[in-house]
Amino acid sequence: MFSDYSLAELGSIFIMQGFAGLILFSVFVLMALGLAIIFGQMGVINMAHGEFMILGAYVTYFTSQLFLHYIPSLFGIYFFIAMILAFFASGALGMAVEWLMIRRLYKRPLDTLLATWGLSLILQQVYRSVFGPREVGVELPNWMMGSLPVTEVVEVQINGLFVMGLTIAITIAVALLMYKSAWGKQVRAVVQNRVMAGAVGINTEKIDRYTFGLGCGIAGVAGSAFTMIGSTGPTSGQLYIVDTFLVVVFGGAQSLLGTIASAFTISQAQSTMEFFLSGSMAKVLTLLGVVIILMLRPQGLFVIKVRR
Amino acid sequence: MSKASGRTFFLRPQDIIGIVVLAFILVVVLPLTLDNFRLQFVGKYLTYAFVALGLVLCWGYAGILSLGQGVFFGLGGYCMAMFLKLEASSPANTKIQTTPGIPDFMDWNQITELPWFWEPFKSFGFTTVAVVLVPAFFALVLGYAMFKRRVGGVYFAIITQALAAIMTILIIGQQGYTGGINGITDLRTLHGWDIRTDSAKTILYFVCVALLIACILLAFYVKSSKLGRILVAMRDKEDRVRFSGYDVSSFKIFVFCLAASLSAIGGAMFTLQVGFMSPSFVGIVPSIEMVIYTAVGGRLSILGAIYGTLVVNWAKTSFSESFPELWLFGLGGLFIAVVLIFPNGIAGLWQTYIAPHLGPLFGGVAKRKATPPAPPSPGTAPAAAE
Repeated sequence: MFSDYSLAELGSIFIMQGFAGLILFSVFVLMALGLAIIFGQMGVINMAHGEFMILGAYVTYFTSQLFLHYIPSLFGIYFFIAMILAFFASGALGMAVEWLMIRRLYKRPLDTLLATWGLSLILQQVYRSVFGPREVGVELPNWMMGSLPVTEVVEVQINGLFVMGLTIAITIAVALLMYKSAWGKQVRAVVQNRVMAGAVGINTEKIDRYTFGLGCGIAGVAGSAFTMIGSTGPTSGQLYIVDTFLVVVFGGAQSLLGTIASAFTISQAQSTMEFFLSGSMAKVLTLLGVVIILMLRPQGLFVIKVRR
Repeated sequence: MSKASGRTFFLRPQDIIGIVVLAFILVVVLPLTLDNFRLQFVGKYLTYAFVALGLVLCWGYAGILSLGQGVFFGLGGYCMAMFLKLEASSPANTKIQTTPGIPDFMDWNQITELPWFWEPFKSFGFTTVAVVLVPAFFALVLGYAMFKRRVGGVYFAIITQALAAIMTILIIGQQGYTGGINGITDLRTLHGWDIRTDSAKTILYFVCVALLIACILLAFYVKSSKLGRILVAMRDKEDRVRFSGYDVSSFKIFVFCLAASLSAIGGAMFTLQVGFMSPSFVGIVPSIEMVIYTAVGGRLSILGAIYGTLVVNWAKTSFSESFPELWLFGLGGLFIAVVLIFPNGIAGLWQTYIAPHLGPLFGGVAKRKATPPAPPSPGTAPAAAE
């Protein structure tokens, strides 16, 4: 399949597909970060994660409309405000869900799966009734449009670069929060030994609620970033949920570094193969590869050793 | 085989009553009260009941939640559909095609020769065996790879769900070999017997009921056997069973394969009754819906799962007819309610609220233990590989 292209062309193809893969990688990382916190740290299978993301996307869409109609002079920076709003909207919904539903189910992980699936169905229908079944897209501010030429044949889109930069910033922020702050220490303590953490005076219920809220909030930001590169519909979230779970499991459920590494592997494999095979076969082969590797190495790529 | 008192063969008296009542409803009451159109709906729901039955054994008793049962349902259904499609595409029927004698969708996709894996499905004997064995083999490979490495619980659920996604993408992508998103349609005859007529559909309904009752008996047999008890023991304390010298993974593989075969029988009956098979019965969404049938019926109750399937599907049909937008709220609410409010489903409600009052009416049954042993908190599946 390589013989039809010259060496230089092959190089450009790999760079272009690699860049497309990096955008996919950014979306995966943003979605998987929230899930890695909720699933990896708390052990809750949140099937509604995609819907929290879509909530963020809708919030972004409405903020953009608001700016467009009422304060067009500030349209260039609406995205940053939308992102903050998306974080708090999804996070608040997440905390409400935790309080109403999840906290009763911590000991029954498979049941959280069913309950959150039900929640995702309800949220999808809410979106459909409130925002309509059609997909919506935001208008990008001027500075985000266009592309940067790198060589004669290779160009990279500015909105893609922006999403990547955003991904890196959010990843660093999450890593600092989880591994350097006092709050992150409490979260990890609760995850590793709930009873003991409670015994030394950590309010485990409160930590649970905020952790879940944080995970959902990051999903909201992911949705916000998602609007930069694609349109949003009521069921867009469901398209990514299985991939995201595979990313988290493949990386080793409790390791943030593993999540990033596996998101990178999966997205690059998929986008490179997409050029040479049909899109559906690329996806099948990627997912199948991940499943087979998981069968051989069920604990994922990176494992944290915890004494139990 | 069982020393427990009061048992005839492997069924307890109340099980026999339950099966007889179910059979009476399905064979006598429903055909007499429903018109043909509605009865065909019930026949379709009953094919899902096979899947629910498999899930009771696999999830309720053994604690293995598979979110990929749609794959097995689909495999069974596709096996049957391939046979029927080949019969429908005889050279006489397809003489207007570029290549007569192959299914129409292959012709549309410029395929000129029947693919090798379609060849054996010209034989009905092979097809019936394949319906049961192909999914079982698939489950065997999957189960062997996963359970031998002690992957279970949540991880197993996610991986089976990914498989359901893969299977759907594959079927849709390989349009020339599988019929793509439309599936395999326009099925006509089974050995020259037209399956599209009303009378044929009624006969197929009764065949389906008979098969279902047979599968229910099989499920009861498995449940009451020593194997069934090991499954329950494994679900509740896997390590203790392992330390007692049992090979835990083999039992899990067996029950997973059994559930796969049951689902596949349902799939084959679905194809026969409805007259087509498509990827929309394979993917993530139908697979997880099948889990909810079992959960609503009661994940620990064989008969409950059948009623659960009927009730959920009946609700789905009647809601979708009148208030389509409400159905997703209803289904979503059902998922949440069945987890938070009545984890043992209809069967649990029956045992708690109705059965104790029925006891005095049927003296014989009442003497048995009034309260069945409290089912352990569901979903305490063994943790994944540690």
